[in-house]
Amino acid sequence: MINPHGGELIDRNMEGPARERLAVDPQDIPVFDIDNDIASDLQNIADGNYSPLTGFMTRNDYDNVLEHMRLENDVPWTIPIILPVPEGAVSAGEGDDLILRHNGRNMAVMKIEEEFELDPARHSQAVFGTTDPEHPGVAVVNEYGKRVLGGEIWLLNEMESPFPTYHLKPAETRVLFQERGWETVVAFQTRNPPHVGHEYLQKTALTMTDGLLINPVIGRKKQGDFTDRVILDSYDALIDHYYPKDRVVLSTLQMVMRYAGPREAIHHSIIRKNFGCTHFIVGRDHAGVGNYYEPFAAQEIFSEFADLEIKPFFFRSFKYCHACMSVVNEKTCPHPDEKITNFAGTMVRKIVNEGAIPPPEMMRAEVAEVIKAAEVPFVQ
Amino acid sequence: MTDNGDKKYSTISIPKPLFDKIKGRIDGTGFNSVSSYVTYVLRQVISQDEPKDEGDVFSKEDEEKIKERLRSLGYLD
Repeated sequence: MINPHGGELIDRNMEGPARERLAVDPQDIPVFDIDNDIASDLQNIADGNYSPLTGFMTRNDYDNVLEHMRLENDVPWTIPIILPVPEGAVSAGEGDDLILRHNGRNMAVMKIEEEFELDPARHSQAVFGTTDPEHPGVAVVNEYGKRVLGGEIWLLNEMESPFPTYHLKPAETRVLFQERGWETVVAFQTRNPPHVGHEYLQKTALTMTDGLLINPVIGRKKQGDFTDRVILDSYDALIDHYYPKDRVVLSTLQMVMRYAGPREAIHHSIIRKNFGCTHFIVGRDHAGVGNYYEPFAAQEIFSEFADLEIKPFFFRSFKYCHACMSVVNEKTCPHPDEKITNFAGTMVRKIVNEGAIPPPEMMRAEVAEVIKAAEVPFVQ
Repeated sequence: MTDNGDKKYSTISIPKPLFDKIKGRIDGTGFNSVSSYVTYVLRQVISQDEPKDEGDVFSKEDEEKIKERLRSLGYLD
């Protein structure tokens, strides 16, 4: 099986009497309330999704990630995982413990190893390639506190998962893949219900591997996005009717999207490597937003990482050709636009918004039924 | 090998003909220096030599707990 990133699968879930005590009572340890985004990063560190990270980044790792897309020890890493705090919000300093509280529960204890100052413009330029405040990732960074705390964490209480039966940790997917006898596994990340193009590329990838991990990202979404519930139900319907069940796993990943395009594509592939996947599907404008990134920049960046180990499967955008009577792309189909149905998510949303059902060449009837049956298909 | 004092980089000597050969090869490839090409190749070689996870990182007890949860969720029969 593929090695965890950095060589070791991290587990920072604290057990024993200390956990029992700190989970309910912080004692004299200062407390800092964290939001959902930080909480999901914390959970991902503790579960090993972010292996080899054992906590929030200290300055050397942070600087290396910004400048070289690697941790200080040369392990590839492209997205800073940091704990920014507003000035004066945390009384603890270097060498102190800090309780990180989420929704009123003590979620983790952190040993503050180092604190340093955040330069939002430097951060955004490196990660997003822009400082435009209209970029959703830049906008979040601009709201960060300017003081950053780095250090190891231990999880006391898990973040509540809205879909606990779909929530698998890397240790669990690794055992699962092993039990199923899969040596090669391709991961597909999604934020949308599946259209026929998604099915086509997943099955194409599955042709070359033993198994397929469909891994929707759940969590904070933009208004107008499909709800997580609809995405999961529609995939259940698709798998139930059209996939060999012994070759597919559907599980969620609770994580904030940064919209960092190419850098985030590498980040997403690292997480799936920790899940035990050997391949990762990267489509057009992966983790992109607006026109901030070149359409295939998220594919090209992989050529800079010879030592990533997980291999990308690159796909172009697919569409349905009524002349070919199949799913095609511009490399495989010679026909003009009037023969083409595009699969763009915006098109699907428009059709659903008008109260109609997407045509079968765009979406399976069983998937369309799930969307139609949903009381609230979109985030309000 | 010499350490140039900057902890982030060291200098390695390679034969001049090899250096020239690499320099000729990287033209138009996106590598902006012989150093970046050599770094890329060495990282690739080193990563291929890493011993693979044999699936024995969990204790038997932990593995059974995981399997039990996977069965309860319907992921395993």
